[in-house]
Amino acid sequence: MTTHSESRSLLTPFNVVAGIIVMVGIVITGLRFFSGLSTVTNLDDNNPWGLWIGFDLLCGVALAAGGYVTSASCYIFGLKKYHSAVRPAILTAFLGYALVVFALHYDVGRPWRLPYPIFLSQGTTSLLFEVGLCVFMYLTVLLIEYSPAALEWLGYKKARNIIVRMTLALTILGVVLSTLHQSSLGALYIIAPSKLHPLWYSSYLPVFFFISSMFSGMSMVIFEGSLAHRYLHHKMDKTHLTESEGVVLGFAKAASFIMAGYVAIKVIGISADNNWHYLATPYGVWFLVELIGFVALPSFAYAIGVREKKIQLIRWTALWSVLGIVLNRLNISLIAFNWQLPTSERYFPSWMEIAISIFIVTIGVLVYRFVVNRMPILYEHPDYQEHHS
Amino acid sequence: MEHIYYSLHDFMLHSKTITYLIMGVILILLPLYWRFLTGRDEKNRYY
Repeated sequence: MTTHSESRSLLTPFNVVAGIIVMVGIVITGLRFFSGLSTVTNLDDNNPWGLWIGFDLLCGVALAAGGYVTSASCYIFGLKKYHSAVRPAILTAFLGYALVVFALHYDVGRPWRLPYPIFLSQGTTSLLFEVGLCVFMYLTVLLIEYSPAALEWLGYKKARNIIVRMTLALTILGVVLSTLHQSSLGALYIIAPSKLHPLWYSSYLPVFFFISSMFSGMSMVIFEGSLAHRYLHHKMDKTHLTESEGVVLGFAKAASFIMAGYVAIKVIGISADNNWHYLATPYGVWFLVELIGFVALPSFAYAIGVREKKIQLIRWTALWSVLGIVLNRLNISLIAFNWQLPTSERYFPSWMEIAISIFIVTIGVLVYRFVVNRMPILYEHPDYQEHHS
Repeated sequence: MEHIYYSLHDFMLHSKTITYLIMGVILILLPLYWRFLTGRDEKNRYY
């Protein structure tokens, strides 16, 4: 029997809004799978990839890069001072990738055929096959990397200890797989030189995607840490609270330098293709807004934050950088894509596509909250404080 | 006005010249940026 106070505590503004979003999402999901893509999307032959690919998949994968970045810095580069950031980052990455695969169902349809490209009909000459294989394998790796937290919560000590011994191998595998598919997502657009605006199109697209995934992951770790600090402060133990400032400063410093390098290679990209004259066009101005406003300036803001030890500035800059990554991926997949088509034939997502994207993000937040409130993600389980995972 | 290139060699010569000059500038700027970024770090003492 639920008491009055328990039933009242469930009716928070967050839960009510999340509940409405989930209900709307379920209805649209039914429409999509029973009536087809045309009922819920504005996709057509010119624009077969819309918001679900541009936002849910491209942004989802880039923002989930915090998993490989954090575990590599801790276990491969030996920077143990970032250890407390590993579990939250791995959880975010795991949920991010799981939701990417979930969102892919909406585009691809017929969910029962999802294993076909991996097990039955491999298109080994296709970049999409490489992306699919890597995401499949990396999702499995992330599940195993995340599982010690769940096993500690469930009390399976033996299984947990076996998996913890595999940490270094899993981390190396995670970095290799991430390097492959983060870049391949950019490489997918190399096939469309006539469709993607020359300022965004480059034969270096795979490099741009991979490099940007690094600072995207770091910014996401800082941003997510800020949210956890604000809303899940009571769940964090002393180690997490004391180490968090070091994580913010260290990741901001690394992100700032990588972003500076990213700006440099983007300029080299323009120069190599001799695309300078496009900068004076409206698309050129938009390109500069993305590159200067959402990469160069955040990089400088990170640097100021690191020099002056301004944690609050760094946290806001992390959100700024995350928005920059979203803008970059949307520019490549939607805004600068099919740029030569007349306005009447350009793609703009339907409200139902946007609702499904919000639905998927909401599911991610709900699952994250469920896990963090129960499992040792932001604190160390008292039985395992001796041996770090 | 956009410059017209009459051969691939012309184009490559022009674009690569500028690209290599930019690379040189970047090679100077990035270490300076790193110094700016780490300028106020506590120095590691090895003695």
